Amino acid sequence: MTARGLLGRTATLAVLCLGAAIVLIPFVWMISLSLKPAAEIFSPDFTLLPSQIAWQNYIKAFTEVPLHRFLLNGVIVCFGILFFQLLLAVPLAYALAVRDFKLRGLLFGLVLAGLLVPYHVTAVPLFLGLAELKLLNTYSALIIPFIASVFGIFLFRQYFAALPADLIDAARVDGLSETAIAWRIAFPNAWPAVTAFAIFSVVAHWNDLFWPLIAVSDRDLATPPRGVLYFRDEEAGSDVGPLMAAATVINAPLVLGFLLAQRRFIQGFTMSGLKG
Amino acid sequence: MTRLSSRSRGILTDLWLTAPATLGMIVLIFAPVLVVVVLSFTDYQFGARSFEWIGLENYATIFTDPIGQRAVVNTLIYVAVVMPASIVLALLVALGVHEASRWMPRLAAALRAAYFLPVAATLVAMATVWQMLLHPTLGPVNQALLALGLPGQDWLSDRGLVLYTLTIIGVWETVGYNMVLFLAGLAAIPHHLYDAADIDGANRSWERFWTVTWPMLGPTTLFVMVVTATRSFRVFEIVATLTDGGPAFASDTLVFAMYREGFVYFKAGYSSAITVVFLVFVLIFTLAQFRILESRVHYR
Repeated sequence: MTARGLLGRTATLAVLCLGAAIVLIPFVWMISLSLKPAAEIFSPDFTLLPSQIAWQNYIKAFTEVPLHRFLLNGVIVCFGILFFQLLLAVPLAYALAVRDFKLRGLLFGLVLAGLLVPYHVTAVPLFLGLAELKLLNTYSALIIPFIASVFGIFLFRQYFAALPADLIDAARVDGLSETAIAWRIAFPNAWPAVTAFAIFSVVAHWNDLFWPLIAVSDRDLATPPRGVLYFRDEEAGSDVGPLMAAATVINAPLVLGFLLAQRRFIQGFTMSGLKG
Repeated sequence: MTRLSSRSRGILTDLWLTAPATLGMIVLIFAPVLVVVVLSFTDYQFGARSFEWIGLENYATIFTDPIGQRAVVNTLIYVAVVMPASIVLALLVALGVHEASRWMPRLAAALRAAYFLPVAATLVAMATVWQMLLHPTLGPVNQALLALGLPGQDWLSDRGLVLYTLTIIGVWETVGYNMVLFLAGLAAIPHHLYDAADIDGANRSWERFWTVTWPMLGPTTLFVMVVTATRSFRVFEIVATLTDGGPAFASDTLVFAMYREGFVYFKAGYSSAITVVFLVFVLIFTLAQFRILESRVHYR
């Protein structure tokens, strides 16, 4: 290693670390504020660490607004969506990948075309439809619009198409029905795609604000991001410590999940790039 | 029970497997797209009993009314800043992390996780943190500026500045995503190409970059551009959380205008027209980038 090479490496690392530190500032500040007593938050002197740890911010976050309710709503909505997405996507993806039928080309074309449509585009008609069915302000309103995931269908089709034909044929010889093959052979064999899709879907819907803002106005149905806004607007931004505690709590599940399963998370996200 | 021929049994199986999802796609995606297009030619308001056909009036409003124009122009500015900035930064970070992973794999993995963290975070919650960071008097950003002898800024209430403040947050949440895509592209470059470049005398790092890395990253770069464009075109969460499109529509964007006109002012027809404009922009961007870049990209 030459002196020049060493210098280059040190410089590269220094710049990378500086950049990473800048990226992390909001996270550090959020946790710092969430642990500071109110007097310290509004003091004009800059301090990074709280002089004493104010856990009461976290207690307030759960008592001033129904934060546990927002979290529960997030879990119900995310897993409801994921369940129905898989229920619809797996059979169609299996048929597109393995079976030969007349309209296959047209159906696959529909899936590809669907990838180009951002979900915001369907908001007005879906709102009208759900209003007509008297479903606004229900969990159904938060779940139904997302159950037909073209991205999921596309992803699973690609995986199923790459499965060895012998595997499917053997299952047919064993007398399994096509539905059984789709769920008991193809689905478990596409496990990497399933976990990647699950992560992508849960993250997308846990974080979504656009649709919950439109579909529900009842505070008891608010998902975590919607709940954060209720919190901030009701407190008029004055109760910073508890607000930051709430932000920390809402970030925690996905951020911890990411830190524990980085490879899977990153896979889920890189694959999701396919969705336009 | 009557016996079915194997052919009609096959057709029934196909129907059973494909019908639910197909129906879902039609009812939840394609029919709504058609309805949006139809509504965009009307003055329909949510809750109204009837509506009038008004031709292209909604579209004329978007492109001639100052508020409509603002949303279009702001969105284009936002994309024009976030796209190149986040792609160039992400490429630099990816090159550095990829390089560092050869001699310090642990540290490189930690750096990768740090840059990616904003992608895994809940943007609305992080936006409220940005609000604290950028607070005119108590925020550390302005405190740091003052300490350096520079004037503090009204990051979120200065009309000339607010949109660019949002682009900074947009770049912050996009760099990690693009970095990961570039890292995947870098990992896929076969090492023997660098050996070959070495033999040909291209052994300085920038020579290696231009002769091997950059051409081989062509498909990845195209992909990153498309993904970043469509992602940043949809900017909504940070606008809704931080500015509500204000002050005086200075940070209004297409998706936020679509939300406000449709679901705050109940102008479903006008909101539909904004939706169609948004969709057309996204489609043009996606298709144009594929066409333009396909001819230049080096495919293996």
